[in-house]
Amino acid sequence: MSGSRIDRAFRTGDSPLLVACTVAGDPDFAESIRIARCLAAAGADMLELVMPFSDPVADGPVIQKAGARALAAGMTPDLLFALVSEVRKTTGIPLLIMTYANIVFQRGIVRFYQDAARAGADAVVIADVPAEEAAPFCDAALLAGIDPIFFVSPTTSPERMELILSRAQGFIYLVAAMGVTGVREGVAPETLATLRAVKQRTTVPVVPGFGISAPGHIRIYDDAGADGVIVGSAIVGIVDRYAGRPEEMEEAVGRLIRELKGASRRERDESFLQPHPGAFQGSREG
Amino acid sequence: MSDSTRFGPYGGRFVPETLMAALEELDDAYRTIVPSAGFQQEMEYYLQEYAGRKTPLTFCRNMSRDLSCRVYLKREDLLHSGAHKLNNALGQALLTRFMGKRRIIAETGAGQHGVAAAIAGAALGLSVEVYMGTGDMERQALNVARMRMLGAEVVPVTSGSRTLKDAINEALRDWVAHVRDTHYLIGSVVGPHPFPSLVRDFQTVIGREIRQQILEKEGQLPDAMVACVGGGSNAIGMFHPFLNDPVLLYGAEAGGEGLSGKHGATLCAGSPGVLHGTYTYLIQDAFGQILESHSISAGLDYPGVGPEHSFLRDEGRVIYRPVTDAEALDSFLYLSRTEGIIPALESAHAVALARTIAADLDHDDLLVINLSGRGDKDVAQVAALTRGCVE
Repeated sequence: MSGSRIDRAFRTGDSPLLVACTVAGDPDFAESIRIARCLAAAGADMLELVMPFSDPVADGPVIQKAGARALAAGMTPDLLFALVSEVRKTTGIPLLIMTYANIVFQRGIVRFYQDAARAGADAVVIADVPAEEAAPFCDAALLAGIDPIFFVSPTTSPERMELILSRAQGFIYLVAAMGVTGVREGVAPETLATLRAVKQRTTVPVVPGFGISAPGHIRIYDDAGADGVIVGSAIVGIVDRYAGRPEEMEEAVGRLIRELKGASRRERDESFLQPHPGAFQGSREG
Repeated sequence: MSDSTRFGPYGGRFVPETLMAALEELDDAYRTIVPSAGFQQEMEYYLQEYAGRKTPLTFCRNMSRDLSCRVYLKREDLLHSGAHKLNNALGQALLTRFMGKRRIIAETGAGQHGVAAAIAGAALGLSVEVYMGTGDMERQALNVARMRMLGAEVVPVTSGSRTLKDAINEALRDWVAHVRDTHYLIGSVVGPHPFPSLVRDFQTVIGREIRQQILEKEGQLPDAMVACVGGGSNAIGMFHPFLNDPVLLYGAEAGGEGLSGKHGATLCAGSPGVLHGTYTYLIQDAFGQILESHSISAGLDYPGVGPEHSFLRDEGRVIYRPVTDAEALDSFLYLSRTEGIIPALESAHAVALARTIAADLDHDDLLVINLSGRGDKDVAQVAALTRGCVE
């Protein structure tokens, strides 16, 4: 079962798992396959592959620009599934597809999830489908053996959180910053409070995303009990910066992943020797 | 899925999780604050004393003679601000104040909604930021100047097609980031629930007045009514009070260069999908990417449409027809010269469709056209387009 690949990653992986995000087809189909393989080879524990949409309201400028670049280079859902298959050939880590509702609607909801499963994807995240609209997507996901991933944000009410947690599989995607995707300076206290609230209510892994770009961010989330972290715009920004210089791009992407992965591991090892001052008191589970 | 968020299969709330709390708060305000006596009294005051309602229902002698039926214009062009948009802007700005928020953001295409939001913000003491595509800012420079004079900040949008669709994207992104102190004053019957219902309810004052006025003047309901449809707020405001009556309802969409070229005729030539939080007809490609729309009028240049219109289309209750740029331009000049009223290019689409359907009406049949806005904002554009034809 493909869904179990995610469960196994959280069970056996070195917490917090590093989920590396890249825009499928950016800057073009062939190069984005190399970037995805590069991320996996450098130590990413999971890949999030974004199928771009013309009107990505949940994304900041970096991912918007990358999506537009990919679409201009001819990216389509058919190519997305071809890309997932290609990446699957060389890695056993879980692969997530992130997209927007209309992309799934137009292919046909059931067909989209079947194609995702056949290509070797483990989960699908849809940025603009909240729990209230999720029923047909969840049904199709379960039919295909794909984990439907849900979001929780600091504005999610306790009632809605119950609804979301009752349906959650794979992991909970915690929107770690108010606003759209993009690199940010710090970590908001309300996000950590939400993270701890979710951890208290579920055994499903909780993974913050949005605004995470530095080892310092990862350490804070690790201390607060996050089971993983999602890094997006920092990676996608490198693809933009090194446009036309694929070798340097791949090297820079790999360096960032090793830095994020290595730094969090090292700092966490230090924290075993020397307990942190009691800034974050939430107990770690698992 | 709660039925109250839908019109048949259309509508819903396809938004990032971060916005759900704000939509629930707004839905609660829509159901409890809007119907309250306190809110309704304030609304009545602003509509009558400030905005200048009710607007006239003008019998047009010259057009009636020319089209061989009895033609009335609902004069939203005479509302303060020059367009129907102010009905909704005042309603939502007042609601913002009742909800205890201090900042409003808005999107605008033609600039009419941006101006209306700026006016309502000034009148009600709220700070206003208006997102506007740089393409539209060029086309509608006069309205950009008006918004700034009214104290609003105009935020240029350079992403995508640099028009209304992209302005809505940016406004939604702003709202996601500032959801606790900010209300998104959306300008049409589009977006996630409860916006399509909320905006409709603030615009049905148009249809309610028409009903009262036509009964006073003619002693009967109209035989046919026509409005232009971009997002569709002036149309739904006109149609909604007549949905259960034997009145023919026509929506004029932006036919642009014709349906085989670039256009904005979503209901005539589109297919259902999700954009800006709602399931509705869209102009899109086979993969679900939204295509650029086109219209001579910035206010109809939108690749989506209000979800209730999608429902009314499928039900066959409203007939939607495309009107080309050339036909709209012709009717812009026609109304100006026949009645001495310069219409907005958006409203000129309704005039054009009315001229077509008048052929099927008898000479004593009643035809009401929603003149949703005045054309001052379009004068420079039309002068440039018709140079050589108009002195």
